[in-house]
This record gives sequence, structure tokens and C-alpha cells, in this order.
Amino acid sequence: MLPDLRNLGTILRILLAVNGAALAAAFAREQHWDAVVGEWFALTSFVEPHLLAELALLALLAPWLSRQPYRVGVAIVLIVTVIVGIAVNQFFDRFLPGQSGSLPRHLAFALGTTVLLLVYFDLRRRALSPAIAEARLQALQARIRPHFLFNSINAVLSLVRSDPRRAETALEDLADLFRVLMRDNRELTLLEDEVLLCQQYLDLEKLRLGERLLVDWNVKSMPRDALVPPLVLQPLVENAVYHGIEPSSEPGTVSINVFLSRGEVHAILRNPLRENGRRHQSGNRMALDNVRERLALHFDAEASLDSRPTKDGYEVHIRMPYRTVRPELAADARDAGTRPAGQSRNNAHRSRTANGPRGLAGVPQTEVAGG
Amino acid sequence: MVENELRVLIVDDEAPARRRLRELLDDCMGALPLAVVGEAQHGREALDLLQTAPAELVLTDIHMPDMDGIELARHLLKLAHPPVVIFTTAFHEHAVQAFEVNAVDYLVKPVRVQRLLSALQKVPRLKPVTADQLSHLPASARRFLSVTERSRVVLVPIEDVVYLKAELKYITIRTKDREFLLEESLTRLEHEFGARFIRVHRNCLVAREHVRGFERRVGNDGDAHWEVLLHGVAETLAVSRRQQFIVRDIGRESISGAAA
Repeated sequence: MLPDLRNLGTILRILLAVNGAALAAAFAREQHWDAVVGEWFALTSFVEPHLLAELALLALLAPWLSRQPYRVGVAIVLIVTVIVGIAVNQFFDRFLPGQSGSLPRHLAFALGTTVLLLVYFDLRRRALSPAIAEARLQALQARIRPHFLFNSINAVLSLVRSDPRRAETALEDLADLFRVLMRDNRELTLLEDEVLLCQQYLDLEKLRLGERLLVDWNVKSMPRDALVPPLVLQPLVENAVYHGIEPSSEPGTVSINVFLSRGEVHAILRNPLRENGRRHQSGNRMALDNVRERLALHFDAEASLDSRPTKDGYEVHIRMPYRTVRPELAADARDAGTRPAGQSRNNAHRSRTANGPRGLAGVPQTEVAGG
Repeated sequence: MVENELRVLIVDDEAPARRRLRELLDDCMGALPLAVVGEAQHGREALDLLQTAPAELVLTDIHMPDMDGIELARHLLKLAHPPVVIFTTAFHEHAVQAFEVNAVDYLVKPVRVQRLLSALQKVPRLKPVTADQLSHLPASARRFLSVTERSRVVLVPIEDVVYLKAELKYITIRTKDREFLLEESLTRLEHEFGARFIRVHRNCLVAREHVRGFERRVGNDGDAHWEVLLHGVAETLAVSRRQQFIVRDIGRESISGAAA
């Protein structure tokens, strides 16, 4: 499988590797330090245009390339390398005569580096995915705190006699929540579904905590179709309640802002920090590290998670690329027997149908955005 | 009022949990005469309620804001007739282990009515948990010290304490406004509250945040020693020769604190 040619981490690795290779080539040819630097500059003066032009072209082709079998993909990348190499050489010949150097040498260098990089990315993919990365993702699968389950069941029991209808809704929410928690959560899910899940989770917490828990949703402008790691927000919302609301008998507000900015999805969660919060710090760090690591496995350097204390509380800021297709997963499903074909595409569908009954129960879907 | 009825107080910060316990207690009434004297949202409220409406049994959650269940049980021991305490907990593996080991009674939420009934039936034969049993439970430092005054339990918030001074049988708690007498061990208090207090003398712990500074004084015998100056309290406390190093340590902290 080819690497994701639109991923910033991949592009960064290629840039570093090619420039490193140029430096190594310069070292191999010259002994004297000044000569090495001179040679390196000479090399990069045509390596760089070639490299950038090729990366741009491959990024354009990326969605189509990812749908091709691996062998075809490799062949196309090599052909692109040769074509771009010849084009750059021609360009130099026409506009900067005498600067172009020999075409065969240029092409040999370019093809050599490309093959080495393809081998590297293939090895890296084997090392990280599917087996190892998936095992890591599975191990990192977010786990809800057991005390939440038992307290929620206890809260539902308290409603059974006095308010059976609310008890029904609560049990349905609990079922939806655990359906997501227990399913195979290695693949990206719709942001909309993740936000709905948080909403259901908070409804259950409200049952227990009553007026102590206030929620300020700000998700009207979120990109609903963005694909995000499943359970990327819920553990953070759970943390906010556990550290920010439960330790105090005074009401407190958890605020959740999700929005799109410059092609990136941002989620900002804020909660008050209560004096007694100190004793749970280690648990807090664990949940943050878990989400951070899952973000890295899915998005590499394109996603980040920052947390910081604010003047009256605590803030977690997640940044993710705005993706609406699953390039890697579509290819992965076809990849020799790692996973039954088509599962990734069913995923979004499955979670949507899971949410269906809630809409029927008279809770309008728009409540997610407005509530 | 029925003779020998068991008076019960429910303590939990979650309203549904309190309501559920009340329902279950109602279910038990046929088998056992009992009355719910009240509900409290946390330990402090429970203690207030119990001073006016005594109970024989307190059913308390463990994790609660303001004052948790274990701290409540410790303060309840100061009452003239301490009630039996049974803890209720949703899921706390470690806590449950500690309860088992120390033979402290507990119920796991959600509670089954049969389980509750058999616990209630045991109550008349049970003795209140001892301070020793409680000290073995995994608890964080108390938020209050409690003293008995005219048969009432008075809570002193730990952040109000300026210093603790051991004198003969008692410890004097000094706050900005007044003094209280406490029957506890200074070493245990020092251990429980860790960094909050510093020992300036064999018999004296001072709250770090109330230290204003130090002053060198010459006593009647001509020997010089350090005195601690305090915020909000005019009197000063002598630093013993053995503890003199704290003058330098605290001084350094406040300098680095100012730099930061």
C-alpha cells in the first residue's frame, strides 16, 4: 500500500530523506568541506524543483492512487518520477542553459531515492499497521470508568417506579453508549455521531448530578461529515465531568466548542477546576495521553492535543485535519485479509441507524447542535 | 412513634441514589420498624442534621463533595452516641478491599433489598466503626478538624488553622479568631496533612500559608533564637534549635516564589 501522499508527516519525511540523500551524495563525491557544500547546493538546485513538483503532482493524484493495487501504484509513482525528472531537466535546458547537469545521473538519483523511500514506507506500514497499529489502537480503546456504569444503573433504578418513561430513555442512551464503547473502534467515525454520543453521555450524567452539571454546547458550525477517531471527545467530556463537576456541590459548566477553521477541525473543551481535583491528576493525564496517542496513530503530525489550566478552570484543545473520505481504510480493506472487505464503509451507516430510534422518541436531531 | 424503630439517615450527593435508597428502605419497613430521619448531600450536611435529629444508622456514599463519607465517619465518633455507619459505593475495587480487610460494613450500589434488609437487621448488634479501622481506609486528608464543645461537634476548616500546639493532654488549634482543644496526636496530624504544616518546634505545627516571616530575638538567658511571625495572629512562636533549618528553607521558597 502506498503512503498517504497528502499527509503532512509523510511529506515531511520525504523532504528530509531526499535532502539527506542529496547531502550524502555530495559527501560521496567530494572530500573537501567547501566542495561538499558547493556540490550539495548544485544538487539541490535541481533536486528541489523536481521534488516539489513531484510531491504536488502525487498529492493531486493521491485519492486515485490509493484505489489502485500496490504494484500499479508503485509503477505510476516511478513513471511520474521519470516524467517530472525529464520535464525539470528540459526546463533548466531552456531557461538556464548549462545548469541542468546530466539527465541520466539526475534520473538515477531520483529513481534510487524514490525506490528507497517506497521501501521505507512499506516497511514502516508493516511495522505500524495493520497488525501492530491496530493492536495498539485496540489496547488504547477508550474505557469508561466503571463507577459511571454502576452509578448510572443505580440512577435508572431510581426512576423505574416514579418516572418509567425517563428510565426508558436513560436505558436507551446507556445502550447506545455501550454499543459504541464495545464495538471495534479502530476506524474513523463521523464527527456528528461522536458529538451525539457525548450528548447522550451528558444526559446520563445529568440524571445523576442534576443541576450541578450545566453544559454549554457550541457545535452549530461544526463540519458534521468530518471523520474523526471514535471516542475522541467522549473520554475528554467524561474527564471534564469527573474533575470539574463531581468534586463540588456548586453548579459548574462544561463547555464544548467544535468548529472548522482553515481546513482543520477544532474541538475545545473547558471545565471548571475544583480544589479537590488535584488528587485525580494521574487519571486525567492517562485519558489525555490515550486520546493523544490515538490521534497520532490516525493522523500523525496533522493532529494535536493541548491541555492547559486557565484562570478559572482547565482547557483541552484538539486539532484534526478535515477529512471526509477514508483513503487508507478503503485500501486497507482490500489489503490481503487484514479485515473483512467493506467493514469500514458500513461503520458510518451502522452508527447512524443506531441513533435512529432516538429521533423517533421525539428528541429532534437538531438538539445536538442547539442544546 | 413505634418503639425501637431504627432511625436512618441517608447521605449521598446524587439525588437519584438517595431516592433509590429511600424506596428500598420503604420496602424494608414491613419486615423491620424503621424511619428515615433525613437526607444529606454530603458529610457536612449530615453532621448538621444529626445534631438535631439523631439516628442509629447512617448510610453514606464515599465520594462526595465538601466532605466525603470516610471523613464523616471520623467526625461522627465525636458525637455523644455515635451512630453505626454503613458505606455505600458504586465500584471502588481498592476501597472495597480495604473495607473487607478492616471489617467495615458496606453495600455495593445498586443495592439489593434483601442485602439492605440483612444489613439493617444487624445494626442493633453492631458497634460504631473505630478510629483505628477508619484510619486504614484509603482516604485523603480531612478537610475539617472536629472538636466537641458543649456536647456539639464543631468543625474547623483545615485552611483556617494557623497553628497546632501540643499542650499536656490536648492540642490547641489556633485560628484567626479563637482557640479550640483537640484530642489527637500531633505526629499523626503532621503525617495526615503533609506539606500544609511545618514543624517549628517539638510541640508545634504551623500552617505554611500563614507564615509571614521570621525574626531573630534574644531571650532572657542571652541566647538568640528565631520567632515565627504569623498572618492574622499577633503572637509569635519560637523555633527550636533543632528546627532552625526551616527558617532558611522557607526563606528560599518565598524568594524563588517571588522570582517565579
